[in-house]
Amino acid sequence: MDGTILLFLLQDGITNGAIYALLGLALVLVFAVTRVIFIPQGEFVAFGALTYALFEAGRLPGTVWLLLAFAGLAFLFDLVEAIRDRALAARLPRVVFFDLAVPGLLAGAAVFVAGRGFGPAAHFAATLALVGPLGPLVYRVAFRPIAGASVLTLLITAVGVHLALVGLGLVFFGAEGLRAPAMSDLTLAVGPLLVTGQSLWVYAVTIVAVAALWLFFERSLWGKALRATAVNRLGARLVGIRTGFAGSLAFGLAAIVGALSGVLVAPMTTIYYDTGFLIGLKGFVAAIIAGLASWPLTAAAAFAVGVVEAFASFFASDLKEIVVFMLILPVLMWRSLKQVHVEEED
Amino acid sequence: MSEALLDIDGVAVAYGKVRAVRGVSLRVHAGEIVTVIGANGAGKSTLLNATMGALPIAEGCVRFAGRDLARLGVEERVGLGLCLVPERRELFSTMTVEDNLVLGGFRAPRAVARDTIAEVYDRFPRLKERRDQLAGTMSGGERQMLAMGRALMSRPKLLMLDEPSLGLAPRIVADIFRIVADLRATGVAVLLVEQNARAALAAADHGHVMELGETVASGPAAALAADDRIVESYLGFH
Repeated sequence: MDGTILLFLLQDGITNGAIYALLGLALVLVFAVTRVIFIPQGEFVAFGALTYALFEAGRLPGTVWLLLAFAGLAFLFDLVEAIRDRALAARLPRVVFFDLAVPGLLAGAAVFVAGRGFGPAAHFAATLALVGPLGPLVYRVAFRPIAGASVLTLLITAVGVHLALVGLGLVFFGAEGLRAPAMSDLTLAVGPLLVTGQSLWVYAVTIVAVAALWLFFERSLWGKALRATAVNRLGARLVGIRTGFAGSLAFGLAAIVGALSGVLVAPMTTIYYDTGFLIGLKGFVAAIIAGLASWPLTAAAAFAVGVVEAFASFFASDLKEIVVFMLILPVLMWRSLKQVHVEEED
Repeated sequence: MSEALLDIDGVAVAYGKVRAVRGVSLRVHAGEIVTVIGANGAGKSTLLNATMGALPIAEGCVRFAGRDLARLGVEERVGLGLCLVPERRELFSTMTVEDNLVLGGFRAPRAVARDTIAEVYDRFPRLKERRDQLAGTMSGGERQMLAMGRALMSRPKLLMLDEPSLGLAPRIVADIFRIVADLRATGVAVLLVEQNARAALAAADHGHVMELGETVASGPAAALAADDRIVESYLGFH
């Protein structure tokens, strides 16, 4: 192997690592706020990629119907809960607004955008507008009713949600794989390397997204409220933070980050309805290496995962996935030796 | 006397089949300090947590400013002006002192929160000195002050304090009780749960004694402090 190949592999690894970093950060965020190990994160990536690719192909993505279906389901859940609590009159306006009006408007906007050739920027925005709300809706339907359950119960639920979403993906997107055209045709020669416009997009969007998340959590009251919920759930309730809303917000951010990653990978590889799982799992490996707790460590681990993957696919492409997922083993062993096991206290 | 701010009426709280609190009634009027004293395990903290909405009430009802709280969650009760400083403080330990206070004013309009934080810093100058320190690195007394400051950020009408003197040095305990007395002067009512009965009765207007989940004595704090039976059971060891 010569230096040029080494550089190519590094570049490839860093581009993929940036996407894994975004996914890993979303997983850490969701776990910190809701204690859910969010296996279906990858489905948001696949849905984001497929939605963007379909918009680019001038078609109306099935995500519109998926969004409306989840909105209807969430509406029913909220309706039943409001009737049970005998607070229908008080809650109805809010329920109608969040469960029907907002998703309806977003779906309407997507129908308007589809097939008019507005270009990548509009398709990008429309993709986020369709996939982003799926986060809070999935949380409302699957996780909020059991918010107090153990981490294991939440994990099993997350696996169930993953299977359901993959099935729904097949229904709404079909079995055929899609690939979006590159966001830019630019290629730069940097020494021996060819840097594509697409990878520049990946770097730029990752940097902007990480900076935006950092600003949100450090500077805004809502961001601080999310951190507070993660640190001390009872303390958060005692200052008046609705932990249910904090959960919705965390899932919303995770879905947007997932959709963002999906749009970024759509021009780099062919995406099928079930491709997201494997991409999400690599973000998951990074998050686990960082103990589902540290953001900087997650980002660093994600780049390591990307680079290891790139080298593994060069030296032993058959074993690529195995090598990546084996990364988790020494870390888990080291952690289990280092830490005294503590039973979860609930 | 005018209508009570807080009216706890025949309340029972159960953990499974065990009733930790049975048929407890008490009232707190605006600007009043009421204390509940009793031994460890008498159900005092359970009563406060149920009043805040963190535990479900099995029987009876809790009214605040004339409103039945039965259907309201903790978050809504905070919005009405009810605030609890729990025994374990429940601070945001990995966040700064200032962020803890800012979050205390989570439901208040921004401008109100800015004014309130200045007031809290005046009342607890130590917190101002430590504003950039992480809450988890502070001493027990400072943590209690931060918990009280965070509670005051919501501009409560009624502040419920659960064992504020627990584990603190006597000099700091005196500080805490002085601050509680100061709060009354600003019109905030206080419901104080304490094992340190002598200090609590000295600060309070009214007192209730709880034993095994029931109220066994009630009356003006001065009268309770002078009652031989109560002195013997609850004040002897302090």
